[in-house]
Amino acid sequence: MNPIETKQTYQDYVDKKSPNSPIWKNCFNAFWVGGLICTIGQIIMNICKERGFDQTVSGTIVSILLIGIAAFLTGLNLFNKIGKFAGAGSLVPITGFANSIVSPAMEYKSEGYVMGVGGKMFTVAGPVLVFGISASILVGIIYLIFNTQTMTLI
Amino acid sequence: MEKLGKQTIKFNTPPSIVECASIVGPKEAQGPLSKYFDQTLDDEFWGEKTWEKAESKIIKETVNTVISKSGVPSEKIDLCFAGDLLNQCISSSFGLRELSLPLFGVFGACSTFVESMCLGAICIEGFAENVLCATSSHFCSAEKQFRFPLELGNQRPPYSQWTVTGSGAAIVSKTGQGPYITHITPGKIVDMGIKDANNMGAAMAPAFADTLISHFLDTGRNPSYYDAIISGDLGHVGKEIAIDIAKSQGYNIKPNYNDCGVLIFDKEKQDTHSGGSGCACCGTVFSGYLFKQLKEKKIKKLLLIATGALTNSTSSQQGESIPGIAHAISIEM
Amino acid sequence: MDIDWANVFNWVSLLKCFLVGGAICVVGQILIDKTKLTPARILVIFVTTGAILGGLGIYKYLVEFAGAGATVPLTGFGYNLAKGAIEGVKEAGLVGAFTGGVKASAGGIAAAVFFGYLASLISKPKMKKQ
Repeated sequence: MNPIETKQTYQDYVDKKSPNSPIWKNCFNAFWVGGLICTIGQIIMNICKERGFDQTVSGTIVSILLIGIAAFLTGLNLFNKIGKFAGAGSLVPITGFANSIVSPAMEYKSEGYVMGVGGKMFTVAGPVLVFGISASILVGIIYLIFNTQTMTLI
Repeated sequence: MEKLGKQTIKFNTPPSIVECASIVGPKEAQGPLSKYFDQTLDDEFWGEKTWEKAESKIIKETVNTVISKSGVPSEKIDLCFAGDLLNQCISSSFGLRELSLPLFGVFGACSTFVESMCLGAICIEGFAENVLCATSSHFCSAEKQFRFPLELGNQRPPYSQWTVTGSGAAIVSKTGQGPYITHITPGKIVDMGIKDANNMGAAMAPAFADTLISHFLDTGRNPSYYDAIISGDLGHVGKEIAIDIAKSQGYNIKPNYNDCGVLIFDKEKQDTHSGGSGCACCGTVFSGYLFKQLKEKKIKKLLLIATGALTNSTSSQQGESIPGIAHAISIEM
Repeated sequence: MDIDWANVFNWVSLLKCFLVGGAICVVGQILIDKTKLTPARILVIFVTTGAILGGLGIYKYLVEFAGAGATVPLTGFGYNLAKGAIEGVKEAGLVGAFTGGVKASAGGIAAAVFFGYLASLISKPKMKKQ
């Protein structure tokens, strides 16, 4: 067998030769860490509701607190260790969004507070806001156009 | 100096590598080669404010160490060749700016160290008495430039490599006790279409094999001529691929072949996945470990082939594949 | 004000939250391991999917079932943006499509920016020991 016969045979050969991620272990860790983060969110939310906040305000408080905790852990150089262990378990919850804003802010501090921290803060998370906000505006416009008695979307 | 075959240069009066020096970071200091390095750091900042400044300091101190160890006064050094991975080679330029010696900055990605020694050896055959070759890389500055911020909680795939923090430097001279540089084989770019920037070993292995086989064809040698054939930073994955490619072309390199990226870290204990990479991987393993093996005659004939991935984050975001390059240098004691 | 801790630790709702939140993360993990997507792309996929499912009115059933298990993952962030945009349209027409989404998720975005800046003031990146 000649692995470098063509680019395609080489790509296939490399795919076979490169070790795979331990997907079962990764999924298990992602599951319980991700589930745990959401459960912490639910407990915060329940406490808020008991304190008399409405659903929307409670949801916002949950987001702010989880983001604050993730930012704090990132600042303590701990979040990357959690992320390495949990993978998507800490990336997909709002904590991952917070980490992806805080980590470039810390990294580019050496280039100054304005162009470093301020300018590079959104290098990883910027696309989330761009696509999230754009998608929401499109959803709003589509709702405006199609919202009739027969087609109530929400 | 004469040309053999397609791309090999043979030196009629082989230049001698008179001295080498190496400084490595904390992670490399925990690795199996720890005792061979001149200095190991406890902290990757080394008292500096930024990763980039730390890397410059590492290359600066390594150069100072090799000059003082060699006994060659710095005014007797005719020329320096130095390079690194950061944009516009800032760590080597900033590290060497107070040295006030003629400098050629070179870029060959992770093949820079051998590229510098090739160019240095050619200059020795031409006009120079002593040439200084140096290179550096730093895990944190490389992650920042090529991948993600350090504090981002992402997972590294099992075939990814770990950039070596450190610097290697060598002084090549017209006269000396050896080891001698007898042949060089500058490599050509080989691109087999690998696009995954995490799988550098696979991207560079075909370039390694190409240079290796060109070297054998040009010199008429075969793998068993050498006591050791060492590649720069193919890592565990790239090493296996390199053996397979060489075998498919009719060369069995398995018995005497190894890789600097495999040697520098303990894969099981240090969680470095496929092994080390970066300019300093080949630079420190040669300057620290291999040079001493040559001096003690544990290795008498060494073929060192440093590999480089000629890519940056812009090209990989634009969907370009990764061109590989490899330069070979034959060193005999 | 007294807190009824039985309501806070309502085991059935917490279990549902844990299972759904964990399952959404597993989808993300499979994307990481089986494709070569970068973290930024995965976050974009999740937030966009959430916005679309929110707009189609599907995601709210998941939120009713799992609570924070559906709102804490980034799909919930997308859902919140879409829900806000629709509510904005109801209140103010076309202008609401532009203001509603960001208004609804302003707390999270502002918190991330503020805490990010704060962390950069007091902390420095460190080398991964692993």
